[in-house]
Amino acid sequence: MALVLTEEERAIASGNSGEGAAMAMRIVAETARLMGAPRLLPIASAHIDGALYHGDSGTLFAERLVDGGARVQVRATLNVGSLDLTGCSKNRLGKHERAMARRMMDAYRKLGCEPTWTCAPYQAGHRPAFASDVAWGESNAVVFCNSVLGARTNRYGDFLDIACAIAGRAPDYGLHRPENRRARIVFDISAIDSAFLASEVAWPILGNLFGRSAGDAVGVVAGAAVHPDEDALKAFGAASASSGAVGLFHVAGVTPEAPDLAAALHGCDPEEIIHVTSDMLAETRRRLSTVADVTAIDAVAIGSPHLSIAEFDRLEALIAGRQLAVPLYACTGRHALNVLDEAGRRRKLEDCGVVIVADTCVVVTPILPEKPDAVLMTNSGKFAHYAPGNTGYGVIYGSLAECVESAVAGRPVFMKAVA
Amino acid sequence: MTTPVTAAETTLQAGILVPGEAVRADALVLTAPISFWGGVNPQTGLIADVRHPQHGVSISGRVLCLPGTIGSSSAAAVLLELVYAGLAPAALILHEPDAILLLGLIVARELGHTVPLALQLDRVEFPRFAGRMLFIDADGHIAVEGDPA
Repeated sequence: MALVLTEEERAIASGNSGEGAAMAMRIVAETARLMGAPRLLPIASAHIDGALYHGDSGTLFAERLVDGGARVQVRATLNVGSLDLTGCSKNRLGKHERAMARRMMDAYRKLGCEPTWTCAPYQAGHRPAFASDVAWGESNAVVFCNSVLGARTNRYGDFLDIACAIAGRAPDYGLHRPENRRARIVFDISAIDSAFLASEVAWPILGNLFGRSAGDAVGVVAGAAVHPDEDALKAFGAASASSGAVGLFHVAGVTPEAPDLAAALHGCDPEEIIHVTSDMLAETRRRLSTVADVTAIDAVAIGSPHLSIAEFDRLEALIAGRQLAVPLYACTGRHALNVLDEAGRRRKLEDCGVVIVADTCVVVTPILPEKPDAVLMTNSGKFAHYAPGNTGYGVIYGSLAECVESAVAGRPVFMKAVA
Repeated sequence: MTTPVTAAETTLQAGILVPGEAVRADALVLTAPISFWGGVNPQTGLIADVRHPQHGVSISGRVLCLPGTIGSSSAAAVLLELVYAGLAPAALILHEPDAILLLGLIVARELGHTVPLALQLDRVEFPRFAGRMLFIDADGHIAVEGDPA
């Protein structure tokens, strides 16, 4: 079906509301045409992943929109940038890259976006209503928005996310359409015991396996003896959206479009059932680490997605005022940083050797010191996936408790085998 | 402008995804899908993914035939950066449309750059292009010229 634009949309695209708005509308319309969308949909909000510096052209694009007088028409929060503007952490970007990254972050603010600088906007007060259409970028935010909140978004990428926010519209295709939100794959975890499912590492490991199994298909997790809480769903989604191209998952009895298994399947038969075994989880856990048999670690990184205050509560309890032997990088957003600062908690964590990283994170910008054969320990399935390629560090995966004990000891410390 | 392609040994009609000018360049047929972000170096135009069969090969100035893409949401940013740096392919032939990648061309065009033509064609046709010079007109006719390199 050919794309049909409304009279108003055609007028905006031809420049009636300024050249910036015109450019944004043309980008949205051209994408709709490429994907076979019959029309554009009004959107309720956007989350913008485009303010991370990949090269000068992205900065020049954002500045062209600013020069053209563009403004976002809906609430638009910002994902991480390449710089920590709070000054909590330092990075090793060169002078030119730093200046261009700063100009890019400034341009997105001038377009009317909120300087949230977080990959967990859903824990920073941006939670769109169930069944509303939105245009969100950043893979973990997309999957959380679709799966846990039940709002509807495709996986928006650079340029299109801000173009949709300025146009106030998005192409009508993919996960905006209810029929495409039906689970086709059942991910049956009924054979997994509740002790493991209650452990912190369970959901990132399950998420990594789910992403590799499902690819970009919609799946439903069924038979969970222990129901995941919000931070567990966040870790599951982030791991699945980095190992696969998952945009939406359901958990039967937990997520809003899956009051039960049949509802997630829209009453149809699944195309595939994956029976998850503890052997599969043990193998997945091994794959999350890229180095073994090391006697020392160089750093610990947590907070992908950005840490919530509940996660900081656990971190503080585990550190219990002890001095760390290696730095523990804790990545978060201003929404959590402000709470920490008010209570003097940031200072106490920093005194122990924690490095708070705000507005950005350690896999998207060079914060970790350059060091040959360095080893990073993490409890994040997403960090475990991206750290080797983006930072050069080898990775060891462990629970938060194991990460903290290892940071105190300066070497890998494991409690007991869980999976 | 439509140029006659009668001299060539084979001609095919491809669908036009993003319009552009006619081009004559040698084909680079990738034998595995690629993620532009992390897979192509925007500063050099070389395939950077060490696990990719064509690792180290330049995509710049060639007709890049893509059997599939792995949809990183930053693929468009890498393609725009390649256009901006003068390191883009001469044309792209995709098995299926990938909005996230092609957005890089749409944005480049909005910023006033000349962008490569992007076409859609079934990947079963790709092997005959390998190592050959292709002439592609603005209407999407592909002519295979010359002997295998």
